[in-house]
Amino acid sequence: MRKLMSGNEAIAYGAYLSGVKVGSAYPGTPSTEVMDNFSRYPGVYAEWAPNEKVALDVGIGAAYAGSRAMVAMKHVGLNVAADALFYSSYTGLNGGLIIINADDPGMHSSQNEQDNRVYAKFAKVPMLEPADSEDAKTFVKVALELSETFDTPVILRTTTRISHSKSSVELEDSAAPASEKSTSPAYNRDPGKFVMVPANARRRHPVVEDRLAKLAAYAETAEINRIEMGKEQLGIIAGGIAYQYAREVFPDASFLKLGMVYPLPQELIRSFAAKVKVLLVVEELEPFIEEHIRLMGIPVKGKGVFPITGEFSPHLVRECAAKAGLINMEQDNSSTTVSQPELPVRPPMLCPGCGHRGVFHTLSKLDVLVLGDIGCYTLGAAPPLSAMHTCGCMGASIGVAHGVDKAGVSDRSVAIIGDSTFFHTGITPLINVLYNQGTTTTIVLDNRVTAMTGHQVNPGTGLTLQNKETREINISGLAKSIGYEMVDEVSPYDLDKLSSVIEKHINSSLPSLISVKHPCVLNVKEKHPAPVVDQDICVNCGTCLELGCSPLTQEEDHVSINPLLCNGCGLCVQVCPAEAILVNDDNNGKERR
Amino acid sequence: MKNKIDFMLAGVGGQGTILASDILVEVGLKLGYDAKKSEVHGMSQRGGTVESHVRWGEKVYSPVVERGKLDYLIGFEMLEAARWTSYMNNQSAAIVNRYRVPPPSVNLGLASYPPDEELQHFIETRAEQFQWVEGNAIAQELGNPAVAGVVLLGVLASKLGGSEDVWLEVIEQLVPPKFIDLNKQAFIRGKRLNA
Ligand code: SF4
Ligand code: SF4
Repeated sequence: MRKLMSGNEAIAYGAYLSGVKVGSAYPGTPSTEVMDNFSRYPGVYAEWAPNEKVALDVGIGAAYAGSRAMVAMKHVGLNVAADALFYSSYTGLNGGLIIINADDPGMHSSQNEQDNRVYAKFAKVPMLEPADSEDAKTFVKVALELSETFDTPVILRTTTRISHSKSSVELEDSAAPASEKSTSPAYNRDPGKFVMVPANARRRHPVVEDRLAKLAAYAETAEINRIEMGKEQLGIIAGGIAYQYAREVFPDASFLKLGMVYPLPQELIRSFAAKVKVLLVVEELEPFIEEHIRLMGIPVKGKGVFPITGEFSPHLVRECAAKAGLINMEQDNSSTTVSQPELPVRPPMLCPGCGHRGVFHTLSKLDVLVLGDIGCYTLGAAPPLSAMHTCGCMGASIGVAHGVDKAGVSDRSVAIIGDSTFFHTGITPLINVLYNQGTTTTIVLDNRVTAMTGHQVNPGTGLTLQNKETREINISGLAKSIGYEMVDEVSPYDLDKLSSVIEKHINSSLPSLISVKHPCVLNVKEKHPAPVVDQDICVNCGTCLELGCSPLTQEEDHVSINPLLCNGCGLCVQVCPAEAILVNDDNNGKERR
Repeated sequence: MKNKIDFMLAGVGGQGTILASDILVEVGLKLGYDAKKSEVHGMSQRGGTVESHVRWGEKVYSPVVERGKLDYLIGFEMLEAARWTSYMNNQSAAIVNRYRVPPPSVNLGLASYPPDEELQHFIETRAEQFQWVEGNAIAQELGNPAVAGVVLLGVLASKLGGSEDVWLEVIEQLVPPKFIDLNKQAFIRGKRLNA
């Protein structure tokens, strides 16, 4: 029987079928659903770790103990986990370890579009790349077998289009998952292998090189690398989603579909190249395969035809191929062009009722320099709030703010960071500020959940991924315990209080922390009656519109509120100078203020 | 059986485009096609656009529709429908919900929302068939505006022809139990619109 699954669902299914017992991940688009789905299978342990480095160490520990383990993260997550990747490449493991790594060409929800195939080469570990959900399921099994056979972590690389596309997967009837050595975990003490002091590490490096050579030999006959002969005029080498696009655009060509993108099968490539007149590599982002083939001295086309930036599409592949004379552009059967009306864009924005809005509104009013971070609240950088001035990577805000402080700028500034990001990599820079006598004020937007990626629980939520109640880490308590003397908690919906607390903190020379605490209204489904604008009182000054809240609508000569969209948070009521926005209390919604 | 049928569903976060595309791809599979779907849903919850591709075919490689090759555009929102016209050709059909969700720039008075006629003209000249559907009004009549998307699926099913059983079966399978009847009714209202 076949079932439609997204790439991420298929990975989780494959992991379950392969007897993976321990899973750890930090959520990140487009990888999040891997662990979400895996956690629901019977008999498995799955957790959200505070960050990817922790997740990978957990996976490594489980694999050291003989269990099969899976760790999942988005591409930039592997930057955080890189240290662990490199040491585990040297130590090897005991049970199989698979690292799911989702790249995001086109940056649908990321800060860069790094090509993580480079990591495989850098860390000297094998990497597989599925081209659809069926591949995803199967490759997880292959990866775990490789991991155990060759004593190495294995990376399974996906891209957004693989992770978030659905295609059919053959269901397997083995109700009980194949459980390998996982049944009785045992830690096999072997310091020479697992303690990476220089003397041991020096002995392990040649082992790693030898392993790579063996993996390269394996790649030559691996089933997941396969030749599909068509016409000999054009031979295409591709893997992942690029393979699918190329199949559509070049229906007659010959293909070498690579399921294993590192190490590459040199002899297979050589024999394929010899069979075809023109050799073309179709790959998104870096010329990873192309460069390798060039080094082998084989003439090949690649980035001369296709761009190095952005996500591919069938259209783009066709257009580039036509431009390079590899195909004839089909007769364009689209209708006569009519002039395109100017279509207003629809950028994402903070949700109606979002607690972050009040904070950014206040910071914008106080004209503070805001060193920001990654999460929903990054949308505070967008107009009309326009109240975030840097955002680089997870946890950067506090360190950057401290640097700005130490550089001696006179602007009043704050670091702003969400709860999940704070747990991810915000705690060490918070300690740094204190230790190095900085004056930074850190505002933690604590909405009690990892909202951006779809409301995953985190160490502040009080629940685990598998829905067990657990200790809730209190952020202000944590700050106080490490020695912060100036710590306040405030609601994001009380603008006067918020403003006075922020003023107090930024005018003080003490390092300090403000926890702005309220659960994400979307997550807890909190909603109050929508206020109404009294048209006769409204002077159409536009002040409320500066909140950038979508239910507020500019009409002819006044503003109105769309009650279907409004969450009734009451912020607009507070900012209207004419007091034209009236709280609607003719029903039984609980009052917030 | 057709060689291939390509669909795009375009709307705004929260309009139910994802459920509708899940239904559509499942129906394709049940009808014996190879079927794939793709969407990017990173920020859709925050009011951004949602665009979902569904493809049926003997053998489907790309989960993404190629520009200029789209067969059916299903617009959940007028402006979002207009955004994807470059995917259509002179044999495409567009089914568009006559419903507007003004984007923030429009609410804030910084941009204007094109009038219905202009959007209609723009889409119509790029397609062979064009149909407005009062999806939200119909859904409202049924008691829940959230099923507007399923009304649109009904209209689509009437254009594709064939039995409605498969559709109803898939709706039953994918919709939470207490909403099954509502969704079936919405589908049937859409299906009978052109009868
Ligand atoms: S009460 Fe005002 S600020 Fe709050 S969600 Fe409604 S329109 Fe937006
Ligand atoms: S702030 Fe008050 S007076 Fe000004 S436009 Fe908004 S509702 Fe009208």
